[in-house]
Amino acid sequence: MAKLEEMERHELDVLVIGAGGAGLRAAIEAGATGARTAVVCKSLLGKAHTVMAEGGVAAAFGNVWPEDNWQVHFRDTMRGGKMLNNWRMAQLHAQEAPERVLELEEWGALFDRTEDGRILQRDFGGHRYARLAHIGDRTGLELLRTVQQRSVALGVEVFMECKVIRLLQAPDGSVNGALGLWRESGKFVVFAAKSVILASGGVGKTWKFTSNSWESTGDGHALALWAGADMIDMECVQFHPTGMVWPPSARGLLVTEGVRGDGGVLRNAEGERFMFRYIPDFYAKETADTIEEADQWYDNKRDFRRPPELLPRDEVARSINSEVKAGRGSPHGGVFLDIASRRSPEVIKRRLPSMYHQFKELADVDITAEPMEIGPTCHYIMGGVRVEADSTQSTVPGLFAAGEVAGGMHGSNRLGGNSLSDLLVFGKRAGAYAAERALSMPGPVELDATQVEEACDAALAPFAREGENPYAVHQDLQETMQSLVGIIRTESELLEAWSLLGTLEKRAASVSVEGHRQFNPGWHLALDLESMLAVARCTTASALERKESRGGHTRDDYPLPDPDHFGKVNMVNRLVDGEVQVHEEPLPQMPDELRGLFEEAH
Amino acid sequence: MTVVEETPGAPTPIPVEIGGVRGGPPLAKVLRRDRWWVQPGLTALGLLGFIGYSIWAALRNGDFYAGNMGRDYLSPLYSPCLTHSCSTAGYVWGGWSWWKISPAWLILVFPGAFRTTCYYYRKAYYRSFWFSPPACAVPDAGSAASPGGRALRKRYSGETRFPLVLQNVHRFTWYVAVIFAGILTWDAISAFRFPNGIGLGVGTLIFVANAVFIWAYTLGCHACRHLCGGGLKRFSQHRFRYSLWKNLLTPLNEHHQLFAWCSLFSIIVSDLYVWLVASGTIHDPRIF
Amino acid sequence: MERSEQQVDAAAPAPGTATALGTSEATGTGAAAGTMAGAVPAVAGATGDDAASERTVTMRVWRGDDEGGGLVDYTLPALEGEVVLDVIHRIQAETAPDLAVRWNCKAGKCGSCSAEINGRPRLLCMTRMSALPQDEPITVSPMRGFPVMRDLVTDVSYNFAVARTVPAFTPGPREADGTRRMFQKDVERSQEFRKCIECFLCQNVCHVIRDHEENKTRFAGPRFFARLAELEMHPLDVLDRRRYISEQMGIGMCNITKCCTEVCPEGIHITDNAIIPLKERVVDVRYDPVLWLGRKLFGRREPLASSAVASKVRSESGAVVPDSVSPAEPLSGGTFVPQNRSGEPAGRED
Repeated sequence: MAKLEEMERHELDVLVIGAGGAGLRAAIEAGATGARTAVVCKSLLGKAHTVMAEGGVAAAFGNVWPEDNWQVHFRDTMRGGKMLNNWRMAQLHAQEAPERVLELEEWGALFDRTEDGRILQRDFGGHRYARLAHIGDRTGLELLRTVQQRSVALGVEVFMECKVIRLLQAPDGSVNGALGLWRESGKFVVFAAKSVILASGGVGKTWKFTSNSWESTGDGHALALWAGADMIDMECVQFHPTGMVWPPSARGLLVTEGVRGDGGVLRNAEGERFMFRYIPDFYAKETADTIEEADQWYDNKRDFRRPPELLPRDEVARSINSEVKAGRGSPHGGVFLDIASRRSPEVIKRRLPSMYHQFKELADVDITAEPMEIGPTCHYIMGGVRVEADSTQSTVPGLFAAGEVAGGMHGSNRLGGNSLSDLLVFGKRAGAYAAERALSMPGPVELDATQVEEACDAALAPFAREGENPYAVHQDLQETMQSLVGIIRTESELLEAWSLLGTLEKRAASVSVEGHRQFNPGWHLALDLESMLAVARCTTASALERKESRGGHTRDDYPLPDPDHFGKVNMVNRLVDGEVQVHEEPLPQMPDELRGLFEEAH
Repeated sequence: MTVVEETPGAPTPIPVEIGGVRGGPPLAKVLRRDRWWVQPGLTALGLLGFIGYSIWAALRNGDFYAGNMGRDYLSPLYSPCLTHSCSTAGYVWGGWSWWKISPAWLILVFPGAFRTTCYYYRKAYYRSFWFSPPACAVPDAGSAASPGGRALRKRYSGETRFPLVLQNVHRFTWYVAVIFAGILTWDAISAFRFPNGIGLGVGTLIFVANAVFIWAYTLGCHACRHLCGGGLKRFSQHRFRYSLWKNLLTPLNEHHQLFAWCSLFSIIVSDLYVWLVASGTIHDPRIF
Repeated sequence: MERSEQQVDAAAPAPGTATALGTSEATGTGAAAGTMAGAVPAVAGATGDDAASERTVTMRVWRGDDEGGGLVDYTLPALEGEVVLDVIHRIQAETAPDLAVRWNCKAGKCGSCSAEINGRPRLLCMTRMSALPQDEPITVSPMRGFPVMRDLVTDVSYNFAVARTVPAFTPGPREADGTRRMFQKDVERSQEFRKCIECFLCQNVCHVIRDHEENKTRFAGPRFFARLAELEMHPLDVLDRRRYISEQMGIGMCNITKCCTEVCPEGIHITDNAIIPLKERVVDVRYDPVLWLGRKLFGRREPLASSAVASKVRSESGAVVPDSVSPAEPLSGGTFVPQNRSGEPAGRED
């Protein structure tokens, strides 16, 4: 039996959960205010999933296209998100992204350059102008390294390899700390903090084929939900159109959108460039409808319209899915992404070095000589903790959220490159507002021993009982979500998933783990399972209720968007008596001057 | 040449914890399954071979100039021609008749110093002769973890102490090496000179190849790369030096190891060929 | 450095269990023993007759912790297209759920799954099984240059401690128009080093610290020479770290045997492009009498003393290098204390 007074305890002003881009950016900001700040992360510092971002960080500098500005970026973001976005977040994001990126340069980041020595920007799906600041195809690594080195230089405290298993709450419901678990020793640790920032990333490990790392188990989503916070848009899960499908072990691994931006095209088994058949009316005006026009765009972006391969991710993913379903897929159930026949080996190796190596090393495929086999892979969750746009505070006082764990910013579909800018913009805001709140609160934090001790006992329970292996439950959860709550959904399957989740929850509640507490991956998985199940519940519940297709949520039984009803509401999840409930709430209303941007556009 | 400052003030230790128990099988147990000893073995053979040959060639002190056979071929191990007047060459470097032992010793010392302090050769002999380490993930012979568990050396200080701190003079040996590369270039040009005008023999080709390899090796030198451009911070403000660094020195530097060996062999082959021709063992075929 | 390798007889393994090798057995923790139940049949060195119908692969994985351990064989069916990490995961899922291994992205981008495969430092996720000889057991051991935590997980806190002693990026003034201008040719060199995924394989393989533990207090290691080279070649950076690199970071200890370059999964030319250029920069300020004379004669600025750099690091970051810290003392000064085990600071208690 763990006793609070005997446990390792840290007194903080601001606790940041997650050491990805958003978490470290928040910590830098909070630390700079003088607040006692610490970051806690499940892995080592610098390993966060941010490193996987390849394409770039979207910021409307207008370095390549002087026509670009925050209004255009805002409009692209809202349109990409099918207008489900929180308009205020999208506005702040578009306005502040350039400043945040330039700040990275002050901290040592080295982006690729234009001829006149400014930051070079690249084209990406859904962005009207070349907008993504990048470093080859490893932009996420650069961004994370920059904030990591900055936080090291500033002396931010980092607790590595520690999983937060519960948020702690004061009697008034506000968050006042967290209970963590050292992965190495298996011992518990308590953080007393006046503000807590969730920056824990995504939920991809709930699905079978995902580009996400093991860490993306939805911890932050679950912690917030358990603490009583609202979640929104949890049905909107982005399936990146181009993940590897072969070999099986690499299945789901991301192939950057940069391949298409640099000339790669999608073909089915018959060799047809099929995307021309899938151009939605919404994008018809700005998308090339002939191969000739599309091919000219790469060299002359001013006079020609974009190739349909560069439509937003949800459109491309759905199109690939349809081709495979129609029997025109590649041998391993994907389609072909071909850059080999379109660019010289030298260009491919220079522009896409890590893709070249990824295929060479993992699949033994030379992408300069043969096409890649690709298919959709679970990539990002647009939904997440409902936050107040300016301060990033959730519906629970003292709990802030930034980055992938926060919802609203991307609506129903995220544009490539918007996640890196999102985490910088809202990471900074979270840090600033969390520190402000913490510094305004007098006195030490009082923790509730019962909360802590109950959570510890629950976490240790798997050692005491006889039950099945957590890996088996995890596999079945992934199968369930992949096949029933995947890229295309229908009511019957969602209902089946809902009932299967009940069974899985029971199984998860009875898993047992072998060995001892020291660095025991089986145990860690048993704990992560709870988070993943909570996420699965939210997604399934919201997906059932949203009876339309929109962005990252596609219903086979409601294949069209419903602008009159569902286009105007968010799905909100909340824990009521331990059960995940869902209800609709109207979207925040955009002011007229912003609404005007959409009318004058086309 | 002096070393400006040999020992710094005692550095502040990096605040890390040392000790702790290493995992895995003991370090002394080499887990590598490949034939990791082949590379250092071959390197050792190659270097010993060259050293052996050059000692023999130096002791030979004769048949290093093929003027007697109507060829202006001067062995690179004896160039510049110090003690004789290699008269058919039309140029006379020396005439140091007071120098009694083989002039090759005098010459070998300069390129020898260049190659001894060369970053590539350092790697090669630290691995092959010092066993420090013989191959990657194989224990350093100077460590307690070395096979047998007995350290050959008490501590490892790398290149921070005398005499290895002298490796830092590499750039000065490079300055001299450039002069020697020039001399060997002149020798290669001379090799075109035949008694009745310009001609081309097999020896000429060997001499040209030797000069090319020597330049490729000399210009690929890390110190040269640093001095000519690598030491700059902003390339965009130094067009010419950047271009030199980027388009010539760096590509050569990437193949420094290759040219180190090629030039070593071409020296041997040149000397051997001159000896064979000068001693009358073979006849140098004239191509035109 | 101390290594405790206890030689204890294997608990007689039941047929149909994973078999610990006799050379160095798991002890103390029962780490290996705890994993045996339900193991796929395996006999050290042979895959067994019953496996003849199906192609199998034997993984010889080091299990144990700082109290001891040994190699344990696991035999599994061989599947197509797998990397070593996949096989480790299958062992975890089927046989040994408590087999500790660090991993994240499984795509060679995060640098978590560093280990030694058949004695060669590699990333588990970037080593295809088909590239290894499968007719003999494949040995997977933790990085042997760092203290072990458990099984394949090592304590890499040394690296995080060194990171704090690297004098941070220090930009000069902006351009007249308030922007920062850099050109592609200016940034390319440093960009190569920024590809580093911090897998620490170079730090693991470098014999200066792998085979000489005591050098860890005076040698930053290849990863941080790449970092320092990145800063020294950064077009905006104005801090002169050359003497500091020599006197504090111990670049003179490197004998350029290039193992760091050999093991780098990102293909960074650490030796040729980072370490040697740094050594040459150090020669500029410490061993070149001509340049020294030039500085004196033409009144050029003298290189910044390493103590000045160190104090700058301290004052600006609040981290780093308390003036006198004995290497044996646990690290508690400063505010940035990476912690990775039950609240103890990054340093380890002996």
